[in-house]
Amino acid sequence: MYSDKVLDHFTNPRNVGEIDDASGVGEVGNMKCGDIMKMYLKINDESNVIEDVTFKTFGCGAAIATSSMSTEMIKGKTIEEALDVTNRAIADALDGLPPVKMHCSVLAEEALKAALLDYQKKSGKNLGLNEEDFEDWDEE
Amino acid sequence: MRKIYLDHGATTPIRSEVIEAMTKTMQDVYGNPSSIHQFGRPARKLMEEAREKVAAAINADPKEIIFTGSGTEADNIAIVGGARANKKKGNHLITTVVEHHAVLDAFKALEKEGFEVTYLEVDAEGFISVEDFKNALRDDTILVSIMHGNNEVGTIMPVAEIGAICRERKILFHTDAVQTVGKIPVDVKAIQCDFLALSGHKIYGPKGIGVLYMRRGVRTQPLYFGGGQERKLRPGTENIVNIVGLGVAIELAVKEMAEESARLTKLRDKLIEGVLGSIPETRLNGPRGDKRLPHNVNISIEYVEGEALILTCDMKGFACSSGSACTSGSLDPSHVLMAMGLTHTTAHGSLRMTLGHATTEEDIDYVINELQPIAERLRAMSPVWERFQKGLPIH
Repeated sequence: MYSDKVLDHFTNPRNVGEIDDASGVGEVGNMKCGDIMKMYLKINDESNVIEDVTFKTFGCGAAIATSSMSTEMIKGKTIEEALDVTNRAIADALDGLPPVKMHCSVLAEEALKAALLDYQKKSGKNLGLNEEDFEDWDEE
Repeated sequence: MRKIYLDHGATTPIRSEVIEAMTKTMQDVYGNPSSIHQFGRPARKLMEEAREKVAAAINADPKEIIFTGSGTEADNIAIVGGARANKKKGNHLITTVVEHHAVLDAFKALEKEGFEVTYLEVDAEGFISVEDFKNALRDDTILVSIMHGNNEVGTIMPVAEIGAICRERKILFHTDAVQTVGKIPVDVKAIQCDFLALSGHKIYGPKGIGVLYMRRGVRTQPLYFGGGQERKLRPGTENIVNIVGLGVAIELAVKEMAEESARLTKLRDKLIEGVLGSIPETRLNGPRGDKRLPHNVNISIEYVEGEALILTCDMKGFACSSGSACTSGSLDPSHVLMAMGLTHTTAHGSLRMTLGHATTEEDIDYVINELQPIAERLRAMSPVWERFQKGLPIH
């Protein structure tokens, strides 16, 4: 049911881990549905380039693969370019996801946006992101 | 790479003796068992021989055996048909929250027809309480359905106690024995059930064949209409090939049961202790000992997700299943695990391994050895494991 690319990213996930001095950290999802994604960004304050990105994910094969793919898609990109990455683009880059798994790609997009929101707060820059758009993963 | 099938609770391979009998039937016998000519008569004979084998396996009379298309169909004819046929006597039904969906969804359908249903809760190991059951009984209770053995966590329910109470109060009692036939003794007279459902493909027989046992004198209503086959309860030309296959499968399953179940119980316990002993933060779901089906292992590996576990196990060559939301086909994890009081986290990390004929001790050693690094790898990328290790709240 999964494409070869999904299985590849699930088996050999890219950029797994934490960044100790991350510029922004975002965590989305909840235990109830069984997917939690946490994304760490290291951003160059002057160039706005995402120099490093890592993730940690609790979730199914698609959740891990979309996390991995999204980190690949934004590494080395500017914040502006990263904000343009949609869940559809993540799914397409994986040669598609089963319909029931599309929410995993949504979660990956949200994790990225949540990490950028955190960076917006810490840096004082206005990236045009609103707090209200994000839910706390703790809620059940 | 090794290929290890640990999903016998889902289905089993067809054993060679069954394939042989089915192939021979397919080649030699094509007559309709309802035809009285020389082509129909051998089909009828084979069907009745199979019926005798099924009856002998569960201590029933051949006249009490109805062939159906699946275990699900047998459950439906017993529950939906049984309730409708006895509606005049009362409107109340009792079942449990941990039944297979073949049973649960039949009750949901009856609720829409106006029946009242009590769903008995279970304890942490998946058992109902007989006291709870007695308290749930009402003057208008007409039908009770309680599974013999649970398909997810292997809990064996006290069906004989329930059966005795129902018989005394003249309440119809159905039990879904799909997981227990061929694993533990199933005796319709000892259980005192009025209906019992079983399935061919869980006992090394073909898919697409089930059996409804219906005690002599008990009434139900048909759900389908057509010919007079199977006492009008399962009209349609009988699937002779599958019926013959089921007959051979059940006869062998019961003949080999004592020895095979003893062997599987040892392997089961070795697997349970091996995994619990080698991976921290794991727990067994369901009971230990002789109240657990001999082939069932269900372990939660905390802070990892079930589908990711299954996929990784599959890459290492062994096939299992899980009660996580992603594998249950809904947004919620297994209703059985949740009913037992597991948290979402623990239910999402459940791994069911069901053993069978082909399972060897080497397989079990291999799985124990492979699971530990699998859990470690998935935990290394789990933010929930990170939270746990840092002593942060999980929920």
